Amino acid sequence: MHPPAFPLLSVQDLKAYFYMDEGVVKAVDGVSFDVYPGQVVGIVGESGCGKSVTMKAILQILEPGGKIVSGKVQLRVRRAGRPDLDTGGPNSAEELLDLTRLHPNSKLMRKIRGAEIALIPQEPMAAFSPVHTVGSQIMEAILLHNKVSKAEARQRAIDAFRAVGISMPEQRIDAYSWELSGGLRQRAIIAMALSCNPRLLIADEPTTAIDVTTQAQILRLLRDLQREKDTAIIFITHDLGVIAQMAHYVVVMYLGRVMEQGPVNEIFANPRHPYTQALLKSIPSVQSTPRVRLPTISGSIPHPFNRPKGCPFHPRCTQFIRGVCDSAAPELLAVGKDHLASCFLYQSQEVTA
Amino acid sequence: MLRYILQRLLLIPVLLFIFSILVFALVQAPPGDFLTSYIASLASSGSSLDQELIDMLKAQYGLDKPVHIQYLRWMGNLLSGNLGLSLEYQRPNAELIAERLGLTVLLALLSFVFTWVIAVPIGIYSATHRNSLLDYIVTVVNYIGVATPNFMLALVLMWWAFSYFGLSVTGLFSREFEQAPWSLAKVADLLKHIWLPMIIIGVAGTARLTRIMRANLLDELNKPYMVAGRARGLSEWQLVMKYPVRLAINPLASTIGWYLPELFSGSLIVATVMNLQNIGPLLLRALISQDMYLAGSILLIYCFLAILGTLISDILIAWLDPRIRMEKVGA
Repeated sequence: MHPPAFPLLSVQDLKAYFYMDEGVVKAVDGVSFDVYPGQVVGIVGESGCGKSVTMKAILQILEPGGKIVSGKVQLRVRRAGRPDLDTGGPNSAEELLDLTRLHPNSKLMRKIRGAEIALIPQEPMAAFSPVHTVGSQIMEAILLHNKVSKAEARQRAIDAFRAVGISMPEQRIDAYSWELSGGLRQRAIIAMALSCNPRLLIADEPTTAIDVTTQAQILRLLRDLQREKDTAIIFITHDLGVIAQMAHYVVVMYLGRVMEQGPVNEIFANPRHPYTQALLKSIPSVQSTPRVRLPTISGSIPHPFNRPKGCPFHPRCTQFIRGVCDSAAPELLAVGKDHLASCFLYQSQEVTA
Repeated sequence: MLRYILQRLLLIPVLLFIFSILVFALVQAPPGDFLTSYIASLASSGSSLDQELIDMLKAQYGLDKPVHIQYLRWMGNLLSGNLGLSLEYQRPNAELIAERLGLTVLLALLSFVFTWVIAVPIGIYSATHRNSLLDYIVTVVNYIGVATPNFMLALVLMWWAFSYFGLSVTGLFSREFEQAPWSLAKVADLLKHIWLPMIIIGVAGTARLTRIMRANLLDELNKPYMVAGRARGLSEWQLVMKYPVRLAINPLASTIGWYLPELFSGSLIVATVMNLQNIGPLLLRALISQDMYLAGSILLIYCFLAILGTLISDILIAWLDPRIRMEKVGA
């Protein structure tokens, strides 16, 4: 795939911290990546590595106590026919908007959520209010972002249901979320996210809580919709198999930092960072010797209040260099075409000094 | 749903029968009867009744019969719609209750409205501004409100109003209106008096309701549907009012039925302390003087309203929450 010249979303050195009574948690600590129109970017990492927080920071819906400390989130916004998105800049069809400069509750930021960037939230099972019908919640999103009548919104919601393969959409639209099966609920959530034709879809572990068969159907659905509408997707998961299946580009995160990022084939065929290598080794494979324990990454993720100094991965790294890795954090530097890694193994001593 | 309501309605007579026995037993529990306490009070004022008169009164009131016969007589009267005669006032119980019912219900309704109008918004504020300075202040005030017995609050306020402003805040009317027929001036006088008992009776409930509202809402504010709502572009205010507040209020709204007996009971202790002309002091007086048919009637009406209130609560929660509604239709 050849990405278009300009990214749709460009995250630059984003830092989001949580200020708590016990101290500061640097949940996102300098994350950069680009998403091009129609591209699927997979973000992988263990639980607590800051994947979800990064997404919430992009949307500016961090939980109380969380704050974007620095960095930019540049989004290319459609302006044509959208006076509500008029930021007063020079007139052009599209405009680059730094979302971190917007107030989280500002009208413009709210117009972007749902309409330009939509989210498939982490727990789709509980993403609908149990005392309101699914349809009313989808219609709400449509009515917020489009000047249409209620009847028109209902029709669009039904169309969205049909588009994600829900049978009998006219009846299902009036169901409560707990009347739907897990797979249907997941489809309904996707229908809601797609109902306003966003150009970027953030899917936060959309297949975690559903069985493997349904999971495969949902993944196929997302891929088909993505191809059909050319929607860009940021796909968050800890399942490398899903990444291999879905993503064009992969970002590997650990403790709020990007360890490595590159095209999907590069990451799987030629991983450079010891963390990526270790992750890939721990996937069960058809070729691996039976009855042998899977390799695991030794140690465990440090407590968020006790971040290791230097490279966050160094206490668990097999190629740890004493006096280097534990003194300063490595920069994210190119190790191939579109392939970046943040590891001292690939950085000349001049850079580190 | 209809079937369910019918089942519950059919259960009411059975429950009332059980309650009537309990109520009668309770009213009868203190040693002696109306006449012995009447004679005792006469004796303490220096006069006495001769034995003949006592025996005559005993026979007249049926107090010479065994307890179960007394109960059956009372039940028989009740079933024919007759609440009986008050031994102390020598007037029909229905009349005594009816003349105090209006003020009782008015006062209870006012403190109910006061409680909800104050508690729900403050609870919402407290939960959405959790651990802010104002939330802490509200919390402290709430604890004091819950912990202070309301008759104590009444006494303190009465003393305070009297000693600093020379105001007598007891009763629901000024002296000149107490026996006067209803007029606009009397209504105005009532409004001048009723706000204080309204607040005193409402304070503890307000504090409790605020805490419950806050806790319920805090539970809801962390639900994933909040993230989903924000992500589809709802403003925080729209989101909070439409979803979590609705869900947090459901369990509260379902307790509305429980206020039904409160409407009738008239906050016995506060009403007595503040000398309010509602049903509370009437019941207390009846219990003290062992005016058993009056006390029994009031208590039994109270039980009936409690049963009815619970049913109303159950219907309300089914109406508010589709999950419960479907369950009951299915059952």
